[in-house]
Formats: sequence, structure tokens, C-alpha cells
Amino acid sequence: MPHDHHDHPHALLPPDPALRVRALETILTEKGLIDPAALDEIIDTYAHKIGPQNGAKVVAKMWSDPAFREVMLSDPMPRLEEMGFYGRQGEHMVIVENTPEVHNVVVCTLCSCYPWPLLGIPPGWYKSDAYRARVVREPRKVLAEFGVEVPEGKKVRVWDSTAEVRYLVVPERPAGTEGMSEAELEKLVSRNSMIGTGLATEPNP
Amino acid sequence: MSRVHDMGGRYGDGAIDPSDDAVFAKEWHARALAVTLAAGALGQWNIDVSRHARETLSPKDYARFSYYEKWMAGLADMLVERGVVTREELQAGHGGGRSELADRVLKADVVGEVLAKGSPYVRVDGPAAVFKVGDRVRSRRPAHNVKVPGGHTRLPGYAAGLEGEVVLMHGAHVFPDANAHGLGEAPEPLYAVAFAARDLWGSEAAEGDEVVLDMWQSYLEAVT
Repeated sequence: MPHDHHDHPHALLPPDPALRVRALETILTEKGLIDPAALDEIIDTYAHKIGPQNGAKVVAKMWSDPAFREVMLSDPMPRLEEMGFYGRQGEHMVIVENTPEVHNVVVCTLCSCYPWPLLGIPPGWYKSDAYRARVVREPRKVLAEFGVEVPEGKKVRVWDSTAEVRYLVVPERPAGTEGMSEAELEKLVSRNSMIGTGLATEPNP
Repeated sequence: MSRVHDMGGRYGDGAIDPSDDAVFAKEWHARALAVTLAAGALGQWNIDVSRHARETLSPKDYARFSYYEKWMAGLADMLVERGVVTREELQAGHGGGRSELADRVLKADVVGEVLAKGSPYVRVDGPAAVFKVGDRVRSRRPAHNVKVPGGHTRLPGYAAGLEGEVVLMHGAHVFPDANAHGLGEAPEPLYAVAFAARDLWGSEAAEGDEVVLDMWQSYLEAVT
């Protein structure tokens, strides 16, 4: 049943990857199984509508609103759904907070699991062999390659997304942001800071 | 018995390139993602079947293919295996007539709705949870599918046979080891289990650091 073919059908497709995609799209369209307009719609959704700006809204609100923060840390799904941040690859969110004591970082060593409704489609490096292989074994070295130095004595917790649960990291709120609005705070929250390979941006003095 | 995708902890991959951060680095990457999602909407397989299709690429192909090439290869293999597309059609690069599944085609006007609906994996049935937060547990070893030799599993090799602590209970989730192989959803309680990095990697790891993995109940046994 695990289908270890020695003559995988995929070998019948053209060698150039762009042509391979084109061939599959053509075949499926000619069979009535794909609506090319639906493909454009999917691409537009993840290129423009769903991305880290969603996660940044959640983080900025958690920094600003203690009751919201409490809900996000204990039972986030109903509220995320209300906010329109529910959907494919984000059905079961767990939100973990960075603190002075612990730095969290997320990976999927087995494939590329990632919270799509909050962060969109993962960047290339997140899906790379090097990140998947190394961040569980030597997270501090990997984080340093992203410019994040975790001091000795601060614990690193790596979350390997092995199931359909998706993890979002809440970076520590930078100093000097007291009194900033949620809209201003959102701008400090980068994609990497919500994966754990970055920190929130310090505000301009 | 391991497969090539199970790479957590592996040595030799070199530096990570944080500047490789585009969502779609090439136009065909976006197309590959969209074709895969649209084909998935035909309902001929589930997420565990499609993961397994990518994992059973030969190690040579898995290593030489870029990310979305793996998706395309897995998709082509599943389309043929499920009888949606023939080998001849793949070879010709053209479809030979309308498919009987064509009335299931994902239409542009419902894409937003379908993506927003998601596909929850929590189930209300299944066995009761036997562990609770704070319990010490041991992960099964070896890390393989116990029902299907060489089959799909979400227990990574690096975390097999070790003692950890339950830190979260996620409720009962669809069990990939069954769901990937037509054996039903077989939901089981799912837990987040924290392992000391020192237990996983020895003195190379920093004292106090942890790796947390989601593990189904049958991956675990009580530590007595």
C-alpha cells in the first residue's frame, strides 16, 4: 500500500518544472477538472489577501488588550473565526508567547505545516531542508543566522508541527511602544517574529 | 526503515538563506500550489494521502526536486493512482475528454468560501484520553506505521523512544497513520509532548531547551 513504484507516473511529465505544471493544468482543464479562473483566484488570495498582516493584527491586539490576550492563549478559535482568520491550514491554532524566560520557534520537520490564515504561504527558507533539519537540533545557531541571539539562561522551545495543530509565536512587545495604537503596533510585527526567527521591530526613536 | 522526508536533526544541510523569503519565488510556484488545491477539491484523496504521495518519491527525486516539484510529482502520481488521469494523458500532455468527476470542479466564485471553510481534524469520537498535562510519557520506537509497513506516520525518527512530558491536550484528531491508507479516520487523543533537548541531542544541546511535538495517543506509553 505505500506504493514504492519504480516507475512513478510523474516521470512521464516534461523535465522542466514550469512545463510540468503547465502540462498538469492543461490536462486537468481539458478534462473539465480545473477551472483556470479558480487558479487565478487561489493565487490572488494568497498573494494579496491572506498573509502575515493577519497575524500581526492578532499580535498587536494581544499586546493592547489583556482580555483578548487571555482568550488567544486559552481558546483562540471562536474569536479568530469571528475576525475572519479561520480557514485551510489554520483550523486548530495554538498561540505561544515569548517572554523574558522563553523564546519559541516553529518548524515542520516532516513537511511544511504553517498557519496559512494568519501568515499566508510559508517563505522558501521555512520549507528548506536546512531549516527543517537543523532548527530542532541547534535552534540557537539557526536563530543567530537570522540575527536573533538568545541569551544563555533564556530557554528555547521549538515547536515541531507534526499534526494539524498550527502554532503562532507572539513576540515580546518592544520597549518604548507604550501608548502606541494597535495599527501602529501591527507595523512592528514581522512574519519572522511570528515564526520565532525574528523579534518585533524596535520603534523609531 | 526511515524515509527521506524525516530529516529533523540531520547533519550536513549547511546554512539557511533567510533572504529566500518570497511566497512565490517563481510564477509557476503559485500555479503549482493552485493546481494542487484545485485538484484536491475533487475529493479523491485527503491531506494524509497527499503527504504520503510526496514522501514516497524516491529519495533521489525527493532530494533533487525543489519544493513545488515535489508537489507536482506527488499530484501526478495520485491522479494516476486514483484513476483520474491516465499515464497516456500525462505522456501526451493533453486530457482525453471530459472526466466523470467534472461536476465537482472548483469554481472561481466559491474559492474564497472553500478556503475559509477549512477542514477541521478534531473528532468527537475515539478513545478516551489516558494522559493528562504533566504526565511523563515515552514515545514509541521505532518511528514507523505499525499497521502498514513503510506507511505514513507523523512520528519523526529523532523523537522516537524517548521520555517527555505532556504539555497540551488537543482533543481527538484524525489519525494520519490510518487516514493515509484508506483505513478510516480512526481518531485518537492528540497531545503536545515536550522533550528535553539534551535527551534528544545530548550535550550538544543547551540545558533547559526543549522541543515540543504533537503526538497521537498510540505513539505514547506511560512512564511508570
